[in-house]
Amino acid sequence: MMNSIRQNWFSNIRGDLLAGLVVALALIPEAIAFSVIAGVDPKIGLYASFCIAVVTAFVGGRPAMISAATAAMAVLMVTLVKEHGLQYLLAATLLTGVLQIGMGYLRLGSLMRFVSRSVVTGFVNALAILIFMAQLPELTNVTWHVYAMTAGGLAIIYLFPYVTRSIPSPLVTIVVLTALAMFLNLDIRTVGDMGELPDTLPIFLWPEVPLDFETLAIIFPYSISLAVVGLLESLMTATIIDDLTDTSSDKNRECKGQGVANIASGMIGGMAGCAMIGQSVINVKSGGRTRLSTLTAGVFLLILVVFLGDWVAKIPMAALVAVMIMVSIGTFSWSSIANLKKHPLSTSIVMMATVVMVVTTHNLAIGVFVGVLLAALFFANKVAQYKYVSSTLSEDGLTRTYKVVGQVFFASADKFVDFFDFKEAVDKVVIDLCQAHFWDITAVAGLDKVVLKFRREGTVVEVIGLNEASSTIVDRFAVHDKPGAVDNLMGH
Amino acid sequence: MSHVIACIDGSSITLAVCDYAAWASRQMDAPLDFLHVLGKSEYPIPVDLSGNIGLGSREHLLQELAELDEKRSKVALEQGRIMLDAAKARALDDGVTSPITSRQRHGELVDTLIEFESDIRLLVMGRQGEQGDSAGEHIGSHLENVVRTLHRPILVIPADYTEPRSILVAFDGSATTRKAVEMVAASPLFRGLPCHVVMVGADKAESRAQLDWARTTLEQADFEVTASLRSGQIEEVLCGYREEHAIDLIVMGAYGHSRIREFLVGSTTTHLLRKSTVPLLLLR
Repeated sequence: MMNSIRQNWFSNIRGDLLAGLVVALALIPEAIAFSVIAGVDPKIGLYASFCIAVVTAFVGGRPAMISAATAAMAVLMVTLVKEHGLQYLLAATLLTGVLQIGMGYLRLGSLMRFVSRSVVTGFVNALAILIFMAQLPELTNVTWHVYAMTAGGLAIIYLFPYVTRSIPSPLVTIVVLTALAMFLNLDIRTVGDMGELPDTLPIFLWPEVPLDFETLAIIFPYSISLAVVGLLESLMTATIIDDLTDTSSDKNRECKGQGVANIASGMIGGMAGCAMIGQSVINVKSGGRTRLSTLTAGVFLLILVVFLGDWVAKIPMAALVAVMIMVSIGTFSWSSIANLKKHPLSTSIVMMATVVMVVTTHNLAIGVFVGVLLAALFFANKVAQYKYVSSTLSEDGLTRTYKVVGQVFFASADKFVDFFDFKEAVDKVVIDLCQAHFWDITAVAGLDKVVLKFRREGTVVEVIGLNEASSTIVDRFAVHDKPGAVDNLMGH
Repeated sequence: MSHVIACIDGSSITLAVCDYAAWASRQMDAPLDFLHVLGKSEYPIPVDLSGNIGLGSREHLLQELAELDEKRSKVALEQGRIMLDAAKARALDDGVTSPITSRQRHGELVDTLIEFESDIRLLVMGRQGEQGDSAGEHIGSHLENVVRTLHRPILVIPADYTEPRSILVAFDGSATTRKAVEMVAASPLFRGLPCHVVMVGADKAESRAQLDWARTTLEQADFEVTASLRSGQIEEVLCGYREEHAIDLIVMGAYGHSRIREFLVGSTTTHLLRKSTVPLLLLR
C-alpha cells in the first residue's frame, strides 16, 4: 500500500513537478481557446481543466496522463450552449460523468478492441484537424499584426529549444508576444476580450435547470456523445502513454475516473473534458511519469490563472493560437500520410473516412463509428474470399461431388450458391462440407437453396458433414474454448 | 519445494548471501538456485523541458525512450549475468556439491518469487538491497513484502558471513512457533548444531509445559537442547540471550499477528529484522 503510493506519486518528484509546470502552460491555451469555441467564458474551461486534472490524478487509471477541458469535447457542446445556455451544459456535464461511470462498471472499455489501428490514426488526425480549424476564427478578418505574431510565436516554439531546453518554449512565446503587444500597444485581441477569467478559487455550484424529463431529453443526446468521445480519446491516450512509458494502466478504472472527474467539474461550474493526446505526450516528454505530474499540472494551472489573472488577460490570442497550432501539429500522425501508399487501400479508406466524417460532423464518435463499421465490412469481405469449391464427376458420370472449403457466412453465401452447376443433369449430387464453416443463418439458407434447386431438377442430394460445419453457428462460444477447439475450427 | 533460492543483486550483501546459501545447500543437500530479478528501476529521466511537440513527436519520443531503456536493460542484463556467474563460482568454492543453477527474470521481486514459490525450499535474501547499502537500521524495501507474501522459510542475513555453530529458536507457545519447532526438528538444515529454545513470558505451569514440549520435540530429533524461560521485553530478551550465548542464528515465526495489531503495538519480526546482527530464519 505505502509502496504503491510511493511508486504512483513520489518516485519521480523533480521530473513530475517540472513536467506538470510545462504541461500547465499547454493546458491554458486549450482551455481558453475551446471555451471560446463552445461559446462560454474562458473561466468555465479553466475551472474544468483544473478540476479534471486534479481529480483524474487521484482516481484515473493511467498515471502521467493529462486530462482537462479538450477540443474533442468542446466541439460537441456548441449547439447545446447556443440553444439552451450554460446551465444545461453543466447539467450535461454531470450526466456525462454518470454515463461514463456506468460504462466503466459495464467494462465497455474492452470494446476498444474493435477500434482498429487505422481508426485510431483517423481519430488522432481528425482531432488535430479540429484543433487547427478551431484556430481559424482568430486568424480571419484580422490585421497583419496577428499573422506576424502567430508566425513569430511558432518560430519561437520550434527554434527556442535550440538555445536551451530548460525553459519551456511555449512559455517564452507567451511572455515575448505579450510583452511585444503591450510595448507596441497593438490593437489586437487578447484573452481578456474573450470573456470572464477566474478571479476566485472554484466554488460549488449546482446547475440551475429544472429536474424533469424535458431537461433530460435535451441533455441526453449531448451527454452520450460527450461520454463516448471522452472515453475514446482517454483510452486511446492511455494506450499511447502505456507504449511510451512501457507500463500498463487500468482502462476500466480510467473510464470511471473520467466520469468522477466530469461530475466534479460540472459541480464547480466547469465543462466536460477528457484526456488530451498532445498534452500527455508533452508531459511524458518533459519527464512526467507519475500521478504527481497530473496533479501538479492542474494545481499550477489554477495558481497561474487565479493569481496572475490580470496578466493572463493581457496575453494576445495570437500567442495562444501559436501554441494550439503546435499542439495540432504534434497530435497529427504525419507518418500516416507516408503510409497511405504503403498500407492496403482498405486501411487507408477506413482512416480517411474517419477523418472526413469527423471534420464534417465535428463529432469524433460518429467518425469512429463509421470507421469501425467500414473496417468490419472490409474484414468480412476479406474473410469471405477464403472459400473455394472443387467438384469431381464420378467415373460413370452419374454422381457429382462438391467439396466446399472455407468460410460461408452472410458475405459469402451468394457466391457459395453460384459455385454449383444446376444445369448439369446428374442423378446424384454429394456436397461435402467437412472442411467448410457455416457461421450464420444466411449460410444455412444458402445451402437449403442449393439442395432445393437440385431436388427440383430431379437430383438426389446428399450432404456430408453438415453438423460439423454448422456447429459454429451456435452462439455458445464456450464450445470453442475447449481443448482441440482450434483443430476443429481449422478443419475438423 | 526443492531448491535453495538465493536472491542476489548488486549490493554489498551479495557475497554473504552466496555463502549462507551455499551453507544451507550443503546442510540440506539441496540444489542451489541463484535468482537475479531485473526490476523496472527508477532511472533518472532525461529532462527536456522545451515543452513543444512537432512533426512526428510521438514516434520520435517512443523511439527515444525505447532506445534509452534498451541500453540500460542490456547493461543491467550483462551485469546480472556476471554477478550470477560470480555467485556460482563462489558457491562452488564454498564446497557445494549439489547442482547450482541461476536464472534472471524481469519484473518485481515479490511477483517473481510468488511465481517460483512451489520451487522454494529455503529462500535466502539480504537484509537490505542495493539502495539500502548505507541506510543503517533500515530494512530493505522488498523484504517485508516478501516475508508477508511468501509462505516458505526465509533466511534473512546480515552483511557478514559466519558459519552458524548454534541456533536460537524463539518460542511463545503459539501455533506459528510450534510449527517452527516442528520444522526445525524435521529439517536437516541445523543437524548437529546445539539448539537453544527461548520462551519469553511469566513463569507459569502452562508455559513450562509448552517449553517442555518444544524441548522433547527437538531432543527426539537428536538436537542438543537448552531450554530457557525468561521474562521481559521480547526483543530485548532475545537479543540479550543471543549475545550471552554467542548464538549465530535465530529461528522465529514471522508476522503471527494481524496488520492492525502490528500497527498499534509494533511487530516483533520487523523489530528483530531491524536490530539483529545475525541471520534470522523466518517461518510462516
